[in-house]
Amino acid sequence: MATLEIDSLTKSYGDVRALRGTSFDVRAGEIFGFVGSNGAGKTTTMRIVLGVLAEDAGEVRWDGRPIDLAARRRIGYMPEERGLYPRMKVGEQLVYLARLHGLSAADAKDAMERWTATLGVDARRGDEVQKLSLGNQQRVQLAAALTHDPELLVLDEPFSGLDPVAVDVMSGVLRDRADAGVPVVFSSHQLDLVERLCDRVGIIKDGAMVEVGTIDELRRTEHERWVVDGPPGATWIGAVPDARAVSLEGSRTVVELTSAGGVDGTSGREQAVLRAALAAGPVHEFALVRPSLTELYRDVVSAEEKPAGEAAETVEVGA
Amino acid sequence: MSTGTTLTSWGAIRLVAGREIMTRLHSRSFVWLTVILVAAVVLGGVVLNAASSSGPTAERVGVTPQTAALAEPITATGSTLGTEVETVDVADDAAGEAQVRDGDLAALVTGTADDPTVVVDTELSPGLTAVFTTLAQQTALSDAVADLGGDPAQVAGDIATAEPTVRTIGEPSEFDPARYITGLVTGILLFMAIMISGQLIAQGVVEEKTSRVVELLLSTVRPWQLMAGKVLGIGLVGLGQVALVVVAGVGTALGLGLVDTSTIDLGTAAVWALVWFVVGFVSYALLMAGLGALVSRQEDVGAVTTPVTFLMVVPYIVGVSVAPWAPDNPLVVWLSYVPLCSPLLMPVRIALGSAETWEALLALGLSVAVVPVLVWLAAKIYSNAVLRTGARVRLKDALRAA
Repeated sequence: MATLEIDSLTKSYGDVRALRGTSFDVRAGEIFGFVGSNGAGKTTTMRIVLGVLAEDAGEVRWDGRPIDLAARRRIGYMPEERGLYPRMKVGEQLVYLARLHGLSAADAKDAMERWTATLGVDARRGDEVQKLSLGNQQRVQLAAALTHDPELLVLDEPFSGLDPVAVDVMSGVLRDRADAGVPVVFSSHQLDLVERLCDRVGIIKDGAMVEVGTIDELRRTEHERWVVDGPPGATWIGAVPDARAVSLEGSRTVVELTSAGGVDGTSGREQAVLRAALAAGPVHEFALVRPSLTELYRDVVSAEEKPAGEAAETVEVGA
Repeated sequence: MSTGTTLTSWGAIRLVAGREIMTRLHSRSFVWLTVILVAAVVLGGVVLNAASSSGPTAERVGVTPQTAALAEPITATGSTLGTEVETVDVADDAAGEAQVRDGDLAALVTGTADDPTVVVDTELSPGLTAVFTTLAQQTALSDAVADLGGDPAQVAGDIATAEPTVRTIGEPSEFDPARYITGLVTGILLFMAIMISGQLIAQGVVEEKTSRVVELLLSTVRPWQLMAGKVLGIGLVGLGQVALVVVAGVGTALGLGLVDTSTIDLGTAAVWALVWFVVGFVSYALLMAGLGALVSRQEDVGAVTTPVTFLMVVPYIVGVSVAPWAPDNPLVVWLSYVPLCSPLLMPVRIALGSAETWEALLALGLSVAVVPVLVWLAAKIYSNAVLRTGARVRLKDALRAA
């Protein structure tokens, strides 16, 4: 299995610079979550990968070579703007699209039957697409991206508009494909879902990647934070060197270790915090705080609006 | 992975064309339109046939035993004057008058052969008036000749063979109703077929744009392949439709004996009509596909294709309103060579018999030569505009964009 490399893509629409050197890669067998605000450049990037849009500069490589039409035919694509022929029957439509991807008539029919069954729309094969509910149309759309057994999946907001059961079906299918070695990249605004499902995440802002890494890598903060549930922080925080209170809410105190040092509690310096707290009263909970993807995302996306340094004050104690 | 991924350009075009054909054949409105067109052509032929065979029928004139000798001169004079007269023997005056009153006879000749009286219900028809007047004049003339000592039979014979010497100095008029109708039908049929197919193309392009399915399609096939497949598919369906109508028309015309096959070659006209449909359809379909890609809503198709529609209407109007009466009118002749006008005018001229074969071939060559330019133009507009949904894309922008 190969890697999809997106290398320094730029694209302008008139005076609007949609992409300014976007780079990341999606490796075999991983699910890559592509997040960013509306208009940050997610759809533009995906459209360039599919060749539906031409880049101004930069390159998309597949298996080390610039991507071409033959390779693109092996991609399973779900456009942001859902698109199917409204008056064509589900089965006929899926067979037609699979054949456009190079499948023989017989293989296309088999694949259509397999995927409509997997996605739970097999009873609707004979119906026109426009007669299906939006959720079911979405399932058909995903089937259209899967029938040709793609070597790469590029899905633009595949979860939007799905009910919880459909989300589970969709997640299962993506995990299954990734486990089969297919690189999967999808965009989404449902960050909890991205956090749960993705192996790696990329955050795009104003046409450039601001964070790319595994969830663990991204959640690692520059300074360790610990939550203490015990005596009010104001009574003991002063006894700890190189530490400051990020938030003080009744019995819950979030402490940040301000001096440079190890991460993930490997430095042992958090013990000073615990000792100081215990000295003031009983402690019921003492844990390392890691920001959720949602918090990280807010930090990154709102970084420009806030002066540096103040961003930390918006952080809440996560679950 | 499981299957071969080699899809050639031709394979892609065939798939797209196949879908277009199946969609049209499954469309109820398309099937009905075809049925109506065929029915209209066949019914038109039948009506035309009925109208022409119910033309001037023989005037029935009764003769009594006393005037029976006049039967033959009446019929003969009638045929000289172009009035077909059928004489009917009646038993006597009373019986004859009864038939005149019933309308069974147009007139009854009573009295004697030397001094006949014509009995009519209200008035004598213009045709019969001429017949009886001539007959009376001849009788008077014969009497005068006999009075002067001449031989009436001899004079009558001389008169019958006398004819004026005519010298033609103008072109003989070639107005032939069968040709006129063939030309008219060809013009209307081609216009309708090209117009309808062209609209189908534009609507098909916009449908894919509106439903956004075009983005999915363009991730597997190139824009020109998609456009070519669409033009090919809808073109084949349109050709089939036109062929059906032409065959129905020619079959009706020949079956009912509507046309004199010695003066008009319907087969040639039909083949040329099909050839010109293909050329005209391809030219206009390309323009329609390009222009259709500029808009995102079906409601805007009409507006954006107006210039092309206008381009079709001009040769069409000239073809059906000027050409049948004046096939050699310079406007008709010159426009029939202009690409985009030829497909609507030249077949009319061919049907009218006013175009030489070399003229038709020249016009065909010119039209075909323009097709590559139209392909390039349409592909450029289409590729640049088809993914830009929302507001109508300006033609200038579509042509300029890389």
